[in-house]
Amino acid sequence: MDVSIIGVGQTEVKEMWETSIRHLSWYAIEAALDDAHVSKVDALFVGNMLAGELSQQNHLGALVADFAGMRGIEAVTVEAADASGGAALRQAVLAVKSGMVKTALAVGVEKMTDQTGASVTRALATGLDTDYEMMQGLTTAGMGALIMRRYMYEHGVELADFAGFSVNAHANGADNPLAMFRNRLRAESFISAPLVADPVSLFDMAPLADGAAAVIVTSKERAMDMVPQPVEIVGSAIATDAFALHDRRDLLWLKAAELSAQKAMAQAGVVHDDIDLFELHDSFTIMAALSLEATGFAERGKGWQMARDGEIARNGRLPISTFGGLKARGNPGGATGMYQIVEVVRQLRGQAGACQIADAKIGMAQNIGGSGGTAVTHILQIRD
Amino acid sequence: MEVSRHWRLQKQRYELVGETCDSCGVKLFPPRDVCLECEAPAQELYTFTGLGEVFSYTTIYDAPAGFEHNAPYQVALIKLEEGPIVTAQLTDMALDEAYIGMPVEMVTRKLRTDGEEGMIVYGYKFRPICFEPVVN
Repeated sequence: MDVSIIGVGQTEVKEMWETSIRHLSWYAIEAALDDAHVSKVDALFVGNMLAGELSQQNHLGALVADFAGMRGIEAVTVEAADASGGAALRQAVLAVKSGMVKTALAVGVEKMTDQTGASVTRALATGLDTDYEMMQGLTTAGMGALIMRRYMYEHGVELADFAGFSVNAHANGADNPLAMFRNRLRAESFISAPLVADPVSLFDMAPLADGAAAVIVTSKERAMDMVPQPVEIVGSAIATDAFALHDRRDLLWLKAAELSAQKAMAQAGVVHDDIDLFELHDSFTIMAALSLEATGFAERGKGWQMARDGEIARNGRLPISTFGGLKARGNPGGATGMYQIVEVVRQLRGQAGACQIADAKIGMAQNIGGSGGTAVTHILQIRD
Repeated sequence: MEVSRHWRLQKQRYELVGETCDSCGVKLFPPRDVCLECEAPAQELYTFTGLGEVFSYTTIYDAPAGFEHNAPYQVALIKLEEGPIVTAQLTDMALDEAYIGMPVEMVTRKLRTDGEEGMIVYGYKFRPICFEPVVN
């Protein structure tokens, strides 16, 4: 790729009544600028899903550039439902790789809490097919539930078999000071949690929250002179699939996740065993299982076994959700994909504190939009 | 109030009108003009029988704005007998009745009311088949 990350920043993930969308963006940007020891960038890509719906605020590219004291630079918003964050980083990578932009800043930001429950649920459902899914009353939780029920039916899996994903996420989130939920979760509580959309429960789905995260990229060559620990982006790919769940060729297969992972791994020249950790899109436990299967870490129908067998734990074969994932760190929609990148960078730099994966050199992040219509995969590597 | 948006979908919502691909013959719902199997143009209209079976289903407890008064309600993926899968609510049955493979048929029901003065949106839902369909 010849593109490297020189700075990252993030805010806490929680309900932040006192903080506006522009302030959230700025806090993450300020932290990333400090981290990279730079004061300005040449382009800004804002990943956001819901500002138009929930804050009646579009045109975030110019708004954030202006508020961050960067008036004059190139700036646009990138939207791909809850894959907006990953997609924004992809645009920053393309910009630097093209040679037309020296240093690019990607910030993912979401302000969920200015509206209450039913409005947010409806806004999130705009990432599904409004005419043919949302008008039937389908929600994102309902989307996860439709897949999960069929998966349980076809593969003979019980609800309790998914508990390991949430238990692992909470165990890791407990050690992340920025996480929304820092409580541990018992498997017994998982199966008796209140239902959101049967069989998806409160302890199965990721909590919605406010948050912002930022990443600064420049050419690999420049990065080496700028910071002591540049992290190289060795794989970067976006792929798409059928937009609506009902149009998928195979309800239980995330084709876009497979395609984007294959592309990114080919670019990076890595095989599965080379990858030390995987920040996947665990918006629902079923999405975690399907992501492991589509990316080739597990066989079809067996993704859940990696959770049962402890393979996804911090000391397991493939640690996932190492800072809590969407489930415990929290899911700030269009910012989620950028948190994944920030977390992988902290792991590779050895700055993950209690969440640290020993000797992590190569990490993968996968950000999924809607019911799987978009998948963004990035592979990051740190050189000795 | 999105009147035109609902008006232009009336053939789909009331009659389950989709398309047939001229090239490979596959039936499509919703209509999409480009065949999802062979990518040839597909613009020949086709009215589905409305018969199918439950492929997957969920009970929604946490409803989006506009559907709060309906909760809990069930949304299913219905595999139509012609092949395509459609997302639709289940109706005329108790919440514990649904199962994967349940035979269902399309009926017209109220989908949503946009407030006291807003429009009432009607469309397809699916109910259990209570009797053998008449074969012509």
